[in-house]
Amino acid sequence: MIEISGLHKSLGNHRVLNGVHLKIDRGTTCVIIGRSGCGKSVLLKHIVGILKPDKGKIIVNNQDVGSLEEKDLNLLRLKMGMVFQGGALFDSMTVGENVGFGLIEHGNVPHRQLLERIESSLAMVGLHGIGSLMPSELSGGMRKRVALARAICIKPEIILYDEPTTGVDPITADSINELIRSMHDKLKVTSIVVTHDMKSAYKVADKVAMLYHGKIIAEGTSEEIQKTRNPIVHQFINGLSCGPITETLDRYR
Amino acid sequence: MIYEFFIIIGSRVISFMYFLGGLSNLALQTAYFIFVPPFKKYRIFEQAKKAGFDSLPIVGLVSLFIGFIFALQTAYFMQRIGSEIYIASLVALSIVRELGPVITALVVAGRVGAAITAELGSMQVTEQIDALETLSSNPIKYLVVPRFLALSLMLPLLTLYSDAIGILGSYMICVFKLGISSNMYMRVTAESLFYKDLFTGLSKTVFFGMIISLVSCYEGFNVEGGAEGVGRATTRSVVFSFIMIIIADCFFTALFYFIFP
Repeated sequence: MIEISGLHKSLGNHRVLNGVHLKIDRGTTCVIIGRSGCGKSVLLKHIVGILKPDKGKIIVNNQDVGSLEEKDLNLLRLKMGMVFQGGALFDSMTVGENVGFGLIEHGNVPHRQLLERIESSLAMVGLHGIGSLMPSELSGGMRKRVALARAICIKPEIILYDEPTTGVDPITADSINELIRSMHDKLKVTSIVVTHDMKSAYKVADKVAMLYHGKIIAEGTSEEIQKTRNPIVHQFINGLSCGPITETLDRYR
Repeated sequence: MIYEFFIIIGSRVISFMYFLGGLSNLALQTAYFIFVPPFKKYRIFEQAKKAGFDSLPIVGLVSLFIGFIFALQTAYFMQRIGSEIYIASLVALSIVRELGPVITALVVAGRVGAAITAELGSMQVTEQIDALETLSSNPIKYLVVPRFLALSLMLPLLTLYSDAIGILGSYMICVFKLGISSNMYMRVTAESLFYKDLFTGLSKTVFFGMIISLVSCYEGFNVEGGAEGVGRATTRSVVFSFIMIIIADCFFTALFYFIFP
Protein backbone atom coordinates (compact mmCIF):
# COMPACT_ATOMS: atom_id res chain seq x y z
CA MET A 1 0.00 0.00 0.00
CA ILE A 2 1.13 3.56 -0.73
CA GLU A 3 0.05 6.43 1.46
CA ILE A 4 1.02 10.02 0.78
CA SER A 5 0.16 12.60 3.41
CA GLY A 6 0.70 16.35 3.51
CA LEU A 7 3.37 16.29 0.80
CA HIS A 8 4.89 19.71 0.08
CA LYS A 9 7.65 20.44 -2.42
CA SER A 10 9.06 23.62 -3.91
CA LEU A 11 11.51 23.66 -6.81
CA GLY A 12 13.35 26.99 -6.86
CA ASN A 13 10.76 29.64 -6.08
CA HIS A 14 7.91 27.60 -7.50
CA ARG A 15 5.70 25.65 -5.11
CA VAL A 16 4.91 22.45 -6.99
CA LEU A 17 3.19 20.26 -4.39
CA ASN A 18 1.14 21.95 -1.72
CA GLY A 19 -0.15 19.30 0.64
CA VAL A 20 -0.90 16.17 -1.40
CA HIS A 21 -2.91 13.44 0.33
CA LEU A 22 -3.43 10.18 -1.54
CA LYS A 23 -3.91 6.54 -0.60
CA ILE A 24 -3.43 3.70 -3.08
CA ASP A 25 -4.42 0.18 -2.12
CA ARG A 26 -2.30 -2.86 -2.91
CA GLY A 27 -2.95 -4.36 -6.34
CA THR A 28 -4.93 -1.41 -7.68
CA THR A 29 -4.20 0.99 -10.52
CA CYS A 30 -4.40 4.66 -9.66
CA VAL A 31 -4.28 7.23 -12.43
CA ILE A 32 -3.15 10.74 -11.56
CA ILE A 33 -4.40 13.32 -14.02
CA GLY A 34 -3.58 16.98 -14.32
CA ARG A 35 -2.29 19.62 -16.70
CA SER A 36 1.26 19.52 -18.01
CA GLY A 37 3.69 20.94 -15.45
CA CYS A 38 1.30 20.60 -12.52
CA GLY A 39 3.69 18.35 -10.59
CA LYS A 40 2.54 14.84 -11.54
CA SER A 41 6.03 13.64 -12.43
CA VAL A 42 7.43 15.35 -9.33
CA LEU A 43 4.94 13.33 -7.26
CA LEU A 44 6.11 10.08 -8.91
CA LYS A 45 9.76 10.99 -8.23
CA HIS A 46 8.91 11.41 -4.55
CA ILE A 47 7.36 7.95 -4.39
CA VAL A 48 10.51 6.36 -5.82
CA GLY A 49 12.73 8.52 -3.60
CA ILE A 50 14.56 10.51 -6.29
CA LEU A 51 13.24 13.73 -4.76
CA LYS A 52 12.96 14.38 -1.03
CA PRO A 53 9.85 16.12 0.33
CA ASP A 54 10.09 19.54 1.98
CA LYS A 55 7.29 18.43 4.29
CA GLY A 56 5.00 15.43 4.54
CA LYS A 57 5.34 11.67 4.31
CA ILE A 58 5.28 8.98 1.65
CA ILE A 59 4.70 5.56 3.15
CA VAL A 60 5.42 2.62 0.83
CA ASN A 61 5.12 -0.88 2.29
CA ASN A 62 5.08 0.63 5.80
CA GLN A 63 8.36 2.48 5.20
CA ASP A 64 8.74 6.26 5.03
CA VAL A 65 10.55 6.82 1.72
CA GLY A 66 11.69 10.35 2.63
CA SER A 67 13.61 9.30 5.73
CA LEU A 68 15.12 5.97 4.58
CA GLU A 69 18.88 5.43 4.51
CA GLU A 70 20.32 4.96 1.01
CA LYS A 71 20.81 1.22 1.56
CA ASP A 72 17.21 0.62 2.67
CA LEU A 73 15.90 2.92 -0.02
CA ASN A 74 17.74 0.89 -2.66
CA LEU A 75 16.21 -2.32 -1.29
CA LEU A 76 12.77 -0.72 -1.48
CA ARG A 77 13.45 0.52 -5.02
CA LEU A 78 14.08 -3.06 -6.10
CA LYS A 79 10.40 -3.64 -5.38
CA MET A 80 9.41 -0.73 -7.62
CA GLY A 81 9.72 -0.30 -11.34
CA MET A 82 9.45 3.03 -13.06
CA VAL A 83 8.62 3.67 -16.71
CA PHE A 84 9.85 7.11 -17.73
CA GLN A 85 8.13 9.38 -20.20
CA GLY A 86 10.76 9.08 -22.93
CA GLY A 87 11.78 5.56 -21.88
CA ALA A 88 15.09 6.75 -20.36
CA LEU A 89 16.85 3.71 -21.85
CA PHE A 90 20.63 3.73 -21.45
CA ASP A 91 21.95 4.66 -24.91
CA SER A 92 25.29 2.93 -24.45
CA MET A 93 23.74 -0.49 -23.79
CA THR A 94 21.77 -2.95 -25.88
CA VAL A 95 18.07 -3.45 -25.29
CA GLY A 96 18.85 -6.72 -23.50
CA GLU A 97 21.37 -5.06 -21.17
CA ASN A 98 18.85 -2.32 -20.49
CA VAL A 99 16.10 -4.76 -19.62
CA GLY A 100 18.38 -6.89 -17.43
CA PHE A 101 20.14 -3.91 -15.80
CA GLY A 102 18.56 -4.31 -12.37
CA LEU A 103 19.32 -8.04 -12.28
CA ILE A 104 22.87 -7.64 -13.63
CA GLU A 105 23.68 -5.02 -10.99
CA HIS A 106 21.85 -6.42 -7.98
CA GLY A 107 20.38 -9.80 -8.79
CA ASN A 108 23.29 -12.28 -8.61
CA VAL A 109 21.35 -14.32 -11.14
CA PRO A 110 23.16 -17.02 -13.18
CA HIS A 111 23.80 -15.99 -16.79
CA ARG A 112 21.37 -18.41 -18.36
CA GLN A 113 18.56 -17.50 -16.02
CA LEU A 114 19.31 -13.83 -16.66
CA LEU A 115 18.89 -14.29 -20.40
CA GLU A 116 15.62 -16.13 -19.83
CA ARG A 117 14.29 -13.35 -17.58
CA ILE A 118 15.24 -10.71 -20.18
CA GLU A 119 13.57 -12.64 -22.98
CA SER A 120 10.42 -13.33 -20.99
CA SER A 121 10.16 -9.65 -19.98
CA LEU A 122 10.55 -8.59 -23.62
CA ALA A 123 8.02 -11.22 -24.68
CA MET A 124 5.49 -9.86 -22.17
CA VAL A 125 5.59 -6.48 -23.88
CA GLY A 126 5.43 -8.12 -27.30
CA LEU A 127 9.03 -7.47 -28.32
CA HIS A 128 10.50 -10.94 -28.37
CA GLY A 129 14.01 -11.28 -29.86
CA ILE A 130 15.13 -7.64 -30.01
CA GLY A 131 17.62 -7.94 -27.14
CA SER A 132 20.65 -7.28 -29.33
CA LEU A 133 19.36 -4.01 -30.82
CA MET A 134 20.49 -0.62 -29.56
CA PRO A 135 17.89 1.82 -28.18
CA SER A 136 18.62 4.26 -31.03
CA GLU A 137 17.26 1.66 -33.47
CA LEU A 138 13.82 1.61 -31.80
CA SER A 139 10.72 3.70 -32.46
CA GLY A 140 9.14 5.82 -29.70
CA GLY A 141 6.48 3.21 -28.91
CA MET A 142 9.02 0.39 -28.80
CA ARG A 143 11.21 2.43 -26.43
CA LYS A 144 8.29 2.82 -24.04
CA ARG A 145 7.60 -0.89 -24.17
CA VAL A 146 11.27 -1.74 -23.59
CA ALA A 147 11.21 0.66 -20.62
CA LEU A 148 8.23 -1.29 -19.30
CA ALA A 149 10.11 -4.56 -19.86
CA ARG A 150 13.03 -3.12 -17.86
CA ALA A 151 10.65 -2.19 -15.06
CA ILE A 152 9.00 -5.63 -14.89
CA CYS A 153 12.23 -7.62 -15.22
CA ILE A 154 13.00 -7.14 -11.52
CA LYS A 155 9.49 -8.46 -10.69
CA PRO A 156 8.32 -5.36 -8.86
CA GLU A 157 5.32 -5.04 -6.56
CA ILE A 158 4.71 -1.48 -7.71
CA ILE A 159 5.04 0.01 -11.20
CA LEU A 160 5.06 3.76 -11.78
CA TYR A 161 4.25 5.01 -15.27
CA ASP A 162 5.12 8.58 -16.30
CA GLU A 163 2.90 9.57 -19.23
CA PRO A 164 3.08 6.16 -20.92
CA THR A 165 0.91 7.09 -23.91
CA THR A 166 2.25 10.58 -24.64
CA GLY A 167 3.88 10.99 -28.02
CA VAL A 168 2.84 7.65 -29.54
CA ASP A 169 0.22 6.93 -32.19
CA PRO A 170 -3.31 5.96 -31.02
CA ILE A 171 -2.85 2.27 -31.82
CA THR A 172 0.43 2.02 -29.92
CA ALA A 173 -1.18 4.03 -27.10
CA ASP A 174 -3.98 1.49 -26.90
CA SER A 175 -1.53 -1.42 -26.88
CA ILE A 176 0.34 0.27 -24.03
CA ASN A 177 -2.96 0.64 -22.15
CA GLU A 178 -3.58 -3.07 -22.71
CA LEU A 179 -0.13 -3.81 -21.35
CA ILE A 180 -0.74 -1.75 -18.22
CA ARG A 181 -4.04 -3.58 -17.75
CA SER A 182 -2.40 -6.97 -18.24
CA MET A 183 0.39 -6.13 -15.76
CA HIS A 184 -2.36 -5.39 -13.28
CA ASP A 185 -4.28 -8.59 -14.04
CA LYS A 186 -1.37 -11.03 -14.51
CA LEU A 187 1.24 -9.78 -12.05
CA LYS A 188 -1.15 -8.23 -9.49
CA VAL A 189 1.08 -5.19 -9.18
CA THR A 190 0.09 -1.87 -7.70
CA SER A 191 0.30 0.73 -10.46
CA ILE A 192 0.41 4.49 -10.50
CA VAL A 193 -0.08 6.05 -13.91
CA VAL A 194 0.52 9.74 -14.47
CA THR A 195 -1.15 11.00 -17.60
CA HIS A 196 -3.27 13.69 -19.21
CA ASP A 197 -4.66 11.28 -21.78
CA MET A 198 -8.22 10.74 -20.52
CA LYS A 199 -8.92 7.81 -22.83
CA SER A 200 -5.97 5.98 -21.32
CA ALA A 201 -7.02 7.01 -17.81
CA TYR A 202 -10.54 5.55 -18.16
CA LYS A 203 -9.19 2.37 -19.67
CA VAL A 204 -6.62 1.45 -17.02
CA ALA A 205 -7.83 3.10 -13.81
CA ASP A 206 -9.35 1.54 -10.71
CA LYS A 207 -9.14 5.00 -9.25
CA VAL A 208 -8.55 8.42 -10.80
CA ALA A 209 -7.15 11.37 -8.85
CA MET A 210 -6.76 14.89 -10.18
CA LEU A 211 -3.79 17.05 -9.18
CA TYR A 212 -4.41 20.78 -9.43
CA HIS A 213 -2.38 23.62 -7.92
CA GLY A 214 -0.31 21.15 -5.92
CA LYS A 215 -3.25 19.34 -4.31
CA ILE A 216 -5.47 16.37 -5.10
CA ILE A 217 -8.79 18.09 -5.75
CA ALA A 218 -10.86 15.04 -6.70
CA GLU A 219 -10.61 11.27 -6.60
CA GLY A 220 -12.87 8.40 -7.42
CA THR A 221 -13.52 5.64 -9.93
CA SER A 222 -13.58 6.41 -13.64
CA GLU A 223 -17.38 6.60 -13.54
CA GLU A 224 -17.42 8.91 -10.55
CA ILE A 225 -14.88 11.22 -12.16
CA GLN A 226 -16.83 11.31 -15.41
CA LYS A 227 -19.98 12.31 -13.51
CA THR A 228 -18.18 14.93 -11.42
CA ARG A 229 -19.76 18.24 -10.50
CA ASN A 230 -16.42 19.84 -9.80
CA PRO A 231 -16.06 22.46 -12.58
CA ILE A 232 -12.26 22.19 -12.69
CA VAL A 233 -12.32 18.42 -13.13
CA HIS A 234 -15.18 18.76 -15.61
CA GLN A 235 -13.23 21.22 -17.74
CA PHE A 236 -10.08 19.08 -17.66
CA ILE A 237 -11.60 15.70 -18.46
CA ASN A 238 -13.66 17.14 -21.28
CA GLY A 239 -10.75 19.16 -22.66
CA LEU A 240 -12.65 22.46 -22.72
CA SER A 241 -10.77 25.67 -23.49
CA CYS A 242 -13.17 27.76 -21.39
CA GLY A 243 -13.65 27.11 -17.70
CA PRO A 244 -12.26 27.77 -14.24
CA ILE A 245 -8.74 26.48 -15.05
CA THR A 246 -8.17 28.86 -17.95
CA GLU A 247 -10.05 31.70 -16.22
CA THR A 248 -7.64 31.50 -13.29
CA LEU A 249 -4.72 31.56 -15.71
CA ASP A 250 -6.16 34.58 -17.54
CA ARG A 251 -6.57 36.43 -14.26
CA TYR A 252 -2.88 35.89 -13.43
CA ARG A 253 -1.66 36.95 -16.89
CA MET B 1 25.70 51.72 -13.97
CA ILE B 2 28.20 51.11 -11.14
CA TYR B 3 25.41 49.51 -9.13
CA GLU B 4 24.69 47.04 -11.96
CA PHE B 5 28.40 46.32 -12.32
CA PHE B 6 28.60 45.28 -8.67
CA ILE B 7 25.44 43.18 -9.03
CA ILE B 8 27.03 41.29 -11.93
CA ILE B 9 30.31 40.81 -10.05
CA GLY B 10 28.41 39.69 -6.92
CA SER B 11 26.25 37.18 -8.77
CA ARG B 12 29.34 35.76 -10.54
CA VAL B 13 31.14 35.36 -7.21
CA ILE B 14 28.10 33.68 -5.63
CA SER B 15 27.65 31.30 -8.58
CA PHE B 16 31.37 30.44 -8.45
CA MET B 17 31.01 29.71 -4.71
CA TYR B 18 28.05 27.44 -5.51
CA PHE B 19 30.20 25.72 -8.10
CA LEU B 20 33.05 25.19 -5.62
CA GLY B 21 30.62 23.96 -2.94
CA GLY B 22 28.96 21.53 -5.35
CA LEU B 23 32.31 20.32 -6.62
CA SER B 24 33.61 19.70 -3.08
CA ASN B 25 30.45 17.81 -2.24
CA LEU B 26 30.86 15.66 -5.36
CA ALA B 27 34.54 15.07 -4.51
CA LEU B 28 33.68 13.89 -1.00
CA GLN B 29 30.93 11.58 -2.20
CA THR B 30 33.21 10.19 -4.92
CA ALA B 31 35.95 9.53 -2.35
CA TYR B 32 33.37 7.70 -0.20
CA PHE B 33 31.91 5.60 -3.02
CA ILE B 34 35.36 4.46 -4.21
CA PHE B 35 35.45 2.21 -1.14
CA VAL B 36 31.83 1.05 -1.25
CA PRO B 37 31.24 -2.33 -2.95
CA PRO B 38 30.47 -3.62 -5.57
CA PHE B 39 33.78 -3.01 -7.33
CA LYS B 40 33.41 -3.46 -11.08
CA LYS B 41 36.86 -3.20 -12.64
CA TYR B 42 35.65 -3.49 -16.21
CA ARG B 43 33.91 -0.12 -15.91
CA ILE B 44 37.21 1.53 -14.96
CA PHE B 45 39.00 -0.23 -17.85
CA GLU B 46 36.30 0.90 -20.25
CA GLN B 47 36.73 4.52 -19.16
CA ALA B 48 40.54 4.17 -19.07
CA LYS B 49 40.45 3.06 -22.69
CA LYS B 50 38.24 5.99 -23.70
CA ALA B 51 40.26 8.55 -21.73
CA GLY B 52 43.74 7.08 -22.14
CA PHE B 53 44.22 4.81 -25.13
CA ASP B 54 41.89 6.76 -27.43
CA SER B 55 43.71 10.00 -26.55
CA LEU B 56 47.11 8.66 -27.66
CA PRO B 57 46.95 10.02 -31.27
CA ILE B 58 45.94 13.59 -30.37
CA VAL B 59 48.28 13.82 -27.36
CA GLY B 60 51.11 12.38 -29.51
CA LEU B 61 50.46 14.82 -32.35
CA VAL B 62 50.29 17.89 -30.10
CA SER B 63 53.38 16.83 -28.12
CA LEU B 64 55.40 16.17 -31.28
CA PHE B 65 54.65 19.63 -32.63
CA ILE B 66 55.31 21.24 -29.25
CA GLY B 67 58.71 19.47 -29.34
CA PHE B 68 59.39 20.82 -32.87
CA ILE B 69 58.27 24.34 -32.01
CA PHE B 70 60.08 24.52 -28.69
CA ALA B 71 63.36 23.31 -30.20
CA LEU B 72 63.14 25.84 -33.04
CA GLN B 73 62.22 28.72 -30.72
CA THR B 74 65.06 28.01 -28.29
CA ALA B 75 67.46 27.46 -31.20
CA TYR B 76 66.74 31.03 -32.28
CA PHE B 77 68.44 32.34 -29.13
CA MET B 78 70.90 29.52 -28.42
CA GLN B 79 72.47 29.83 -31.88
CA ARG B 80 73.16 33.49 -31.16
CA ILE B 81 75.23 32.61 -28.10
CA GLY B 82 76.64 29.45 -29.66
CA SER B 83 75.12 27.02 -27.15
CA GLU B 84 72.89 24.83 -29.33
CA ILE B 85 73.65 21.76 -27.26
CA TYR B 86 71.79 23.21 -24.28
CA ILE B 87 68.60 23.12 -26.32
CA ALA B 88 68.43 19.44 -25.31
CA SER B 89 68.50 20.13 -21.58
CA LEU B 90 66.22 23.14 -21.81
CA VAL B 91 63.63 21.23 -23.82
CA ALA B 92 63.85 18.12 -21.63
CA LEU B 93 63.39 20.05 -18.39
CA SER B 94 60.61 22.28 -19.70
CA ILE B 95 58.69 19.41 -21.21
CA VAL B 96 59.05 16.98 -18.32
CA ARG B 97 58.44 19.51 -15.54
CA GLU B 98 55.82 21.72 -17.14
CA LEU B 99 54.77 21.49 -20.76
CA GLY B 100 54.09 17.75 -20.90
CA PRO B 101 51.77 17.69 -17.85
CA VAL B 102 49.89 20.88 -18.71
CA ILE B 103 49.52 20.26 -22.44
CA THR B 104 48.31 16.71 -21.78
CA ALA B 105 45.84 17.90 -19.15
CA LEU B 106 44.46 20.62 -21.43
CA VAL B 107 44.11 18.23 -24.37
CA VAL B 108 42.36 15.66 -22.15
CA ALA B 109 40.09 18.34 -20.64
CA GLY B 110 39.09 19.40 -24.14
CA ARG B 111 38.68 15.92 -25.55
CA VAL B 112 37.62 13.68 -22.68
CA GLY B 113 36.18 16.21 -20.20
CA ALA B 114 33.91 17.74 -22.82
CA ALA B 115 32.75 14.27 -23.89
CA ILE B 116 31.98 13.29 -20.29
CA THR B 117 29.91 16.45 -19.70
CA ALA B 118 28.03 16.00 -22.97
CA GLU B 119 27.33 12.32 -22.23
CA LEU B 120 26.24 12.82 -18.62
CA GLY B 121 24.34 15.98 -19.57
CA SER B 122 22.37 14.10 -22.24
CA MET B 123 21.70 11.35 -19.70
CA GLN B 124 20.43 13.95 -17.25
CA VAL B 125 18.15 15.58 -19.84
CA THR B 126 16.69 12.24 -20.95
CA GLU B 127 16.14 11.11 -17.33
CA GLN B 128 18.66 8.26 -17.63
CA ILE B 129 20.31 9.37 -14.38
CA ASP B 130 16.94 9.24 -12.61
CA ALA B 131 16.42 5.81 -14.19
CA LEU B 132 19.74 4.65 -12.69
CA GLU B 133 18.54 5.70 -9.24
CA THR B 134 15.20 3.94 -9.63
CA LEU B 135 17.16 0.80 -10.52
CA SER B 136 18.98 1.12 -7.17
CA SER B 137 22.30 2.19 -8.72
CA ASN B 138 23.88 5.28 -7.26
CA PRO B 139 24.83 7.60 -10.17
CA ILE B 140 28.02 8.74 -8.41
CA LYS B 141 29.14 5.15 -7.84
CA TYR B 142 28.10 4.07 -11.32
CA LEU B 143 29.15 7.08 -13.42
CA VAL B 144 31.61 9.29 -11.52
CA VAL B 145 33.84 6.79 -9.69
CA PRO B 146 35.02 4.91 -12.84
CA ARG B 147 35.73 8.17 -14.68
CA PHE B 148 37.49 9.64 -11.64
CA LEU B 149 39.75 6.62 -11.19
CA ALA B 150 40.38 6.18 -14.92
CA LEU B 151 41.39 9.80 -15.47
CA SER B 152 43.52 9.97 -12.29
CA LEU B 153 45.42 6.86 -13.43
CA MET B 154 45.56 7.61 -17.14
CA LEU B 155 46.73 11.21 -17.02
CA PRO B 156 50.20 10.39 -15.56
CA LEU B 157 50.64 7.64 -18.16
CA LEU B 158 49.57 9.92 -20.99
CA THR B 159 51.93 12.60 -19.64
CA LEU B 160 54.82 10.15 -19.68
CA TYR B 161 54.01 9.36 -23.31
CA SER B 162 53.67 13.08 -24.10
CA ASP B 163 57.07 13.78 -22.50
CA ALA B 164 58.71 11.08 -24.63
CA ILE B 165 57.10 12.27 -27.87
CA GLY B 166 57.89 15.93 -27.10
CA ILE B 167 61.55 15.12 -26.52
CA LEU B 168 61.53 13.04 -29.71
CA GLY B 169 60.21 16.06 -31.63
CA SER B 170 62.95 18.25 -30.29
CA TYR B 171 65.50 15.47 -31.01
CA MET B 172 64.39 15.36 -34.65
CA ILE B 173 64.88 19.12 -35.09
CA CYS B 174 68.23 19.16 -33.28
CA VAL B 175 69.69 16.10 -34.97
CA PHE B 176 68.31 16.45 -38.51
CA LYS B 177 68.12 20.23 -38.77
CA LEU B 178 70.67 21.77 -36.41
CA GLY B 179 73.35 19.10 -36.85
CA ILE B 180 73.75 18.06 -33.19
CA SER B 181 74.92 14.45 -32.92
CA SER B 182 72.38 11.89 -31.77
CA ASN B 183 74.57 10.54 -28.95
CA MET B 184 75.34 13.97 -27.67
CA TYR B 185 71.66 14.94 -27.63
CA MET B 186 70.67 11.85 -25.66
CA ARG B 187 73.56 12.22 -23.21
CA VAL B 188 72.77 15.88 -22.46
CA THR B 189 69.06 15.06 -22.06
CA ALA B 190 69.82 12.19 -19.67
CA GLU B 191 72.26 14.30 -17.66
CA SER B 192 69.88 17.21 -17.26
CA LEU B 193 66.92 15.15 -16.01
CA PHE B 194 66.63 13.89 -12.44
CA TYR B 195 64.00 11.60 -10.99
CA LYS B 196 62.56 14.49 -9.02
CA ASP B 197 61.81 16.30 -12.30
CA LEU B 198 59.86 13.34 -13.52
CA PHE B 199 58.17 12.90 -10.14
CA THR B 200 57.08 16.53 -9.82
CA GLY B 201 55.85 16.52 -13.41
CA LEU B 202 53.85 13.32 -13.13
CA SER B 203 52.49 13.63 -9.59
CA LYS B 204 50.58 16.82 -10.31
CA THR B 205 48.84 15.20 -13.28
CA VAL B 206 47.04 12.86 -10.87
CA PHE B 207 45.35 15.97 -9.46
CA PHE B 208 44.71 17.33 -12.95
CA GLY B 209 42.92 14.05 -13.75
CA MET B 210 40.81 14.42 -10.62
CA ILE B 211 39.96 18.03 -11.52
CA ILE B 212 38.93 17.14 -15.09
CA SER B 213 36.77 14.19 -14.04
CA LEU B 214 35.04 16.01 -11.17
CA VAL B 215 34.40 19.24 -13.05
CA SER B 216 33.09 17.46 -16.14
CA CYS B 217 30.84 15.10 -14.13
CA TYR B 218 29.56 17.96 -11.96
CA GLU B 219 28.65 20.04 -14.99
CA GLY B 220 27.03 17.03 -16.66
CA PHE B 221 24.87 16.29 -13.62
CA ASN B 222 23.74 19.90 -13.37
CA VAL B 223 22.54 20.36 -16.93
CA GLU B 224 19.24 22.18 -17.22
CA GLY B 225 17.27 23.02 -20.32
CA GLY B 226 17.73 20.39 -23.01
CA ALA B 227 20.23 20.46 -25.87
CA GLU B 228 21.15 24.10 -25.33
CA GLY B 229 21.87 23.34 -21.68
CA VAL B 230 24.15 20.46 -22.67
CA GLY B 231 26.11 22.80 -24.96
CA ARG B 232 26.40 25.44 -22.25
CA ALA B 233 27.51 22.89 -19.65
CA THR B 234 30.14 21.45 -22.00
CA THR B 235 31.63 24.91 -22.57
CA ARG B 236 31.60 25.64 -18.82
CA SER B 237 33.19 22.27 -18.11
CA VAL B 238 36.14 22.92 -20.46
CA VAL B 239 36.59 26.53 -19.30
CA PHE B 240 36.47 25.68 -15.58
CA SER B 241 38.79 22.69 -16.10
CA PHE B 242 41.32 24.92 -17.87
CA ILE B 243 41.17 27.56 -15.13
CA MET B 244 41.44 25.03 -12.32
CA ILE B 245 44.28 23.13 -14.01
CA ILE B 246 46.31 26.32 -14.41
CA ILE B 247 45.64 27.37 -10.80
CA ALA B 248 46.51 23.88 -9.51
CA ASP B 249 49.65 23.86 -11.68
CA CYS B 250 50.77 27.18 -10.22
CA PHE B 251 50.12 25.85 -6.70
CA PHE B 252 52.03 22.58 -7.26
CA THR B 253 54.94 24.29 -9.02
CA ALA B 254 55.34 26.62 -6.05
CA LEU B 255 54.93 23.73 -3.60
CA PHE B 256 57.53 21.53 -5.31
CA TYR B 257 59.87 24.49 -5.71
CA PHE B 258 60.03 24.81 -1.93
CA ILE B 259 59.90 21.07 -1.11
CA PHE B 260 62.49 19.99 -3.68
CA PRO B 261 64.58 23.11 -4.23
